[in-house]
Amino acid sequence: MSLTFLLLAIAALCALSFYFGRQRAIALSGGRYSNLHSLPAHYGTYTAMWCGLPAILLLLVWHMFQGTIIQGMIISDLPPEILNDSGKLSLALNSIFLLAADNGEHLSVSPEVIDAGKRLASLQIIANVALVVVMISVALVGLAFSYRKISRDMRARNNVERISRYVMIACSGIAILSTVGIVFSLLFEALHFFTKINPLDFLFGLEWSPQTAIRADQVASEGAFGAIPLFVGTLLITLIAMCVAVPVGLFSAIYMGEYASPKFRAFAKPALEILAGVPTVVYGFFAALTVAPFLRDNGAVLGLDVSSESALAAGLVMGVMIIPFVSSLSDDVMSQVPQSLRDGSYGLGATKSETIRNVIFPAALPGIVGAVLLAVSRAIGETMIVVMAAGLAANMTVNPLQAVTTVTVQIVTLLVGDQEFDSAKTLSAFALGLALFLITLGLNVFALKFVQKYREKYD
Amino acid sequence: MAVVTQSAMTAEPSVTSPKMTARDLNLFYGENQALFDVNLDIVERQVTALIGPSGCGKSTFLRCMNRMNDTIDGVTINGQVTLDNRDIYDKAIDVVQLRARIGMVFQKPNPFPKSIYDNVSYGPRIHGLVNSRDELDEIVMTSLERAGLLKEVKDRLQEPATGLSGGQQQRLCIARAVAVSPEVILMDEPCSALDPIATAKVEELIDELRSNYTIVIVTHSMQQAARVSQRTAFFHLGKVVEVGETDQIFTNPKDERTKGYITGRFG
Ligand SMILES: Nc1ncnc2c1ncn2[C@@H]1O[C@H](COP(=O)(O)OP(=O)(O)O)[C@@H](O)[C@H]1O
Ligand SMILES: [Mg+2]
Repeated sequence: MSLTFLLLAIAALCALSFYFGRQRAIALSGGRYSNLHSLPAHYGTYTAMWCGLPAILLLLVWHMFQGTIIQGMIISDLPPEILNDSGKLSLALNSIFLLAADNGEHLSVSPEVIDAGKRLASLQIIANVALVVVMISVALVGLAFSYRKISRDMRARNNVERISRYVMIACSGIAILSTVGIVFSLLFEALHFFTKINPLDFLFGLEWSPQTAIRADQVASEGAFGAIPLFVGTLLITLIAMCVAVPVGLFSAIYMGEYASPKFRAFAKPALEILAGVPTVVYGFFAALTVAPFLRDNGAVLGLDVSSESALAAGLVMGVMIIPFVSSLSDDVMSQVPQSLRDGSYGLGATKSETIRNVIFPAALPGIVGAVLLAVSRAIGETMIVVMAAGLAANMTVNPLQAVTTVTVQIVTLLVGDQEFDSAKTLSAFALGLALFLITLGLNVFALKFVQKYREKYD
Repeated sequence: MAVVTQSAMTAEPSVTSPKMTARDLNLFYGENQALFDVNLDIVERQVTALIGPSGCGKSTFLRCMNRMNDTIDGVTINGQVTLDNRDIYDKAIDVVQLRARIGMVFQKPNPFPKSIYDNVSYGPRIHGLVNSRDELDEIVMTSLERAGLLKEVKDRLQEPATGLSGGQQQRLCIARAVAVSPEVILMDEPCSALDPIATAKVEELIDELRSNYTIVIVTHSMQQAARVSQRTAFFHLGKVVEVGETDQIFTNPKDERTKGYITGRFG
């Protein structure tokens, strides 16, 4: 609550600073904006940035340290018999935080802890008030500072450019850092897993049954962590999906781009792209409740034994889901083929389909390959449809009529429910995740390379 | 009848048995009329130059002659264009065959992103002009030879055409057009993207091609029209203002507007 208020207050101050900065610049200009180095709005933006950004930065830093500092203060006041026992300490801290949050009435704890709870509550209030005061002052100081710096010759435009560049750098830094963070968390857990299970067994083992004994007295199998069946299942489903998505997506892209009238395209293209907006759970329903029974019943008529959860059902529906990926990406690359090439082909007497086949398609091929690879990595990473339609059985089979399972599905099943976090079973999820990540990363890099190569062609 | 009016209008000696003719040709891009009652004769085995200020409809007219305007949405055409006395807009005419008889070279060199060999063999392949690889090789070689490019590229036929220089690319496009043995070659400012040396080569080439092909060339360079063409038509605001022997048009234009354009007073 107080945070929302604080942010609103800062926003209001920024708006005010913008107004003041702009007014001051206008006043200095003496009525002719060309007397100023930059436009009045630049001066306004400049003051607003000086008002808002330091305050926000302070807020971030404050929140990073407030918790630890206050906790340190609380801990230092606790009696030594608690301090010296890490178990007791964490228990006490827990209670203290509950007390401070007014949730601890039912706790039976020592008076020191109750005191500490009260102290914590008051410290938190003080800290919050201090934060408000400090932030508003920083904002005001920033405002005053930049307001005074405004002069006719001040290069507000360049300053604004520079500051916005820093902001953008910070944003992309956040994006990159979180990727790195994700990779590392995967990596560490996976390494942990590989200390328990031989990586070779994992990579080349043919059996996947991760059930291990949870308690020491349970009788259970050792657990087998051979990932091959999972990758085979993933590949099978991906292959089926691509068999649907590539031809359908490509032909619809060609039709949309080369044949369809503008009117039809205006209607059909968004309609196709709606497919991409359907939540995958819905596709999962569709696969499990409509497609799978349909396949099973028709398979029975043909004398085929189709299991009610089959790779085929999941793959087909996943293929439908990926159609818009393939079609809109390949439509983009094909429409980038210059008109002059089409003209050249038509001018030689080629028909439309000859032109598409012999000129447009080959010219766009690298881009289309890129599109398909991106679609493949999407298919490999897809989970929901497979959970619902392909089953959980780690069958080592390439028969599309049987139930198979995929890497993503296993990750989900390994991690749902109460699990010990350092058993081989749960850790194997991270190893699978890492393997998956590496594969899709490789595919994406490869795909981007292809697309880039294509880009060079017409420049 | 139409021929008579046209001759009277432009006061040129009437042409006997032209290769192509346009009669009362009007063209509209949607609502906008781009060509107004164009009448023009194209003489066989001669170079006809179309000159005139930008936007006067030269390219539009050129594209009417092999029905390239068919590929643009919203174009309406009325009037008549004939090739060997047959209306090319007749329903019975197959555009594919028509374009094989009337080749086209564009303003910007537009080789396909394929090998040099595949560029030249493209037309013969799609039209089924050859039965064997040897025949195809033969056509590719003679076409490149005719386009004056063979010497420069014979060792790199399998290399991508996009690696050639601009002038070489344009001559490759001419070779590509020649490979389907057209009767007429239409060229839309074929040298406007080339440097003077490459331009000179292409002009020389056009002069040689004249012995086998009927050529119509759009150009914005008066000198080029004077150098390469035997007949010149001056377009202005979608109309043919004057047409006649190139010498006559450049030395003794009958129309004030032609005179003005040639002497550089407008355009
Ligand atoms: N595809 C098109 N759609 C609509 N108008 C066009 C198109 N191409 C040309 N025009 C118009 O037709 C007129 C003649 O153009 P164009 O034949 O290209 O002239 P030129 O080649 O003599 O410079 C111009 O006014 C131009 O704006
Ligand atoms: Mg033009």
